[in-house]
Amino acid sequence: MSDYKGVAVYCEARDDKILPIAVEGLGIGRKLADALGQELAAIIIGDKILAQQIIVAGADKVYIIDDAQLKDYQPDAYITALEKAIIQIKPQIVILGQTDRGRELAPRLAARLSTVAIMDCVELAIGPGTKRLLQTKPVYGGNAQAVMVTETDPQIVTIRTKAFTALASDTARKGEVINISPGLDASTIKAKIINRVVEEVAGIKLEDAAVVVAGGRGIGSVDGFKQLDELAKLLKGAVGASRPACDNNWISDTAQVGLTGKIIAPEVYVAVAISGSSQHMSGCSGAKTIVAINKDKEANIFRHARYGVVGDWKKVLPAFIQKIKEL
Amino acid sequence: MNIIVCVKQVIDPEAPPASFKIDTASNRAEMKGASPVIDPYGEYAVEAALKLKDAGGGKVTVMSLGVNLLREVVKKPLAMGADELILLEDEVFANCDTWLTAQALALAIKKKGDFDLILCGREASDTNAGQTGPIIAEILGIPCVILARKLESGDKTIKVERVNSSGYDVIESSLPAVITVSNEIGQARYPTIKGIMAAKKIEPIIWKSTDIGYDGNTKRTKLQKLFQPVHEAKCEFAAGETPEEMAVNLAVKLREAKIL
Repeated sequence: MSDYKGVAVYCEARDDKILPIAVEGLGIGRKLADALGQELAAIIIGDKILAQQIIVAGADKVYIIDDAQLKDYQPDAYITALEKAIIQIKPQIVILGQTDRGRELAPRLAARLSTVAIMDCVELAIGPGTKRLLQTKPVYGGNAQAVMVTETDPQIVTIRTKAFTALASDTARKGEVINISPGLDASTIKAKIINRVVEEVAGIKLEDAAVVVAGGRGIGSVDGFKQLDELAKLLKGAVGASRPACDNNWISDTAQVGLTGKIIAPEVYVAVAISGSSQHMSGCSGAKTIVAINKDKEANIFRHARYGVVGDWKKVLPAFIQKIKEL
Repeated sequence: MNIIVCVKQVIDPEAPPASFKIDTASNRAEMKGASPVIDPYGEYAVEAALKLKDAGGGKVTVMSLGVNLLREVVKKPLAMGADELILLEDEVFANCDTWLTAQALALAIKKKGDFDLILCGREASDTNAGQTGPIIAEILGIPCVILARKLESGDKTIKVERVNSSGYDVIESSLPAVITVSNEIGQARYPTIKGIMAAKKIEPIIWKSTDIGYDGNTKRTKLQKLFQPVHEAKCEFAAGETPEEMAVNLAVKLREAKIL
């Protein structure tokens, strides 16, 4: 079809460590590259000390783009740098994470390369016969899934957090490191990040918590969320919320779980007064066990829950907290 | 400030999940018994435009692309307070993928001209991709900011608060620019009676594919299959006469199963 060959993964890093989603990207990237009988390349922006972490996670080649203009994240500069790297590497598949950055990098990068991205994939496979990438992504707020095929190269995708498995780190792996100079100048940046504000609540991070206690529209107030917080603290967990609860300002927007919020996979997800819309379930269906408290027996959340109580949370929760303390 | 807002007519995403059905022959989805709506994320974009207009004046033009656009649906942004509605309505648009949609909208935006800002929803509630806005920006060669929760326009620049997973970034961009708007912008206003009456008097401008010079031959993706993942419900309900009793039984069960 074209002279594009191999798979490339853009690896995001923070504090000298590549993100888990980058390791997951390398995991699926390795599988796809093997299915095609081709190489797996990784692209990183910044530090070369990351190269070894990337090679042990599955890459054959690591392309490092290092430039003073790329020290802090600026979307315009990063897109131009990635565009340059992709033109040089010419991979037929490019994988990014569906992260804060991936959401803006992938569509714009694709447009510049005369192709289009498929966002938020949960399954990727090489089509038998066609050798094109079969890209499965949730649509209709999670009500359905679509299998998409991209006709143009490179086939650019973002992958959903925790949807793909990382490979076991193999310290015997060897790889090649190649430097790319992006040749950027300051005029590349037209929309500039001038301040970064962290609003995250104190305590265990929602993404990292083993137990998440989440509340929905039915909680009805800031005070209601204080009760959820009490249970979360008791269970050494974090508090999450559905979109209506955040839209009503009962809790910070950063607590939102769902398609347009965080996608998490805790051991236990306690859903309190959450109806379980598909868009919310997209964010928590990776939980090992879902426990639901809802007064509506027909609520969608009970189709996903392993354990449930049909009842008014205002009566259920205090008794539940009391008993958990006793046991 | 002249603002163009792109909105999409979609099946109602707020309808109960049980009413969601797929016609496998055509690979199309519907919400049984629910009328189409303006995409809620698009409504947030309309709200953002109206907030800017409230603060500094200007004109808000709404653009929508599709087939079988129901007038009572696509006129809602007018009833909310927008000034003008351009419909890109043509049978050939039924075949649009993300790329072609963005291309057609970019062509229409160029034809319209005289704009300072283009707003889109953060994503459409059917495709959940969030690509149309960014692709329009790339086609037009203008800056792009996604996931806005607050906009403040200056003379030739705009300041945007951009949502991220740990808070927000403050971004300054030159104009014209494309900005996608997230739900954190705040509840979209309801149409007032006065607004509804005013909207009735505004005739939408209709452009066909030929009016904007759209060829539609360069589809980049195809939908191979649309399906509903199967869910097996296996919820174990805690027994009890009262909510308190059920709560106690739930706690005991979770402790015994070593889940908590």
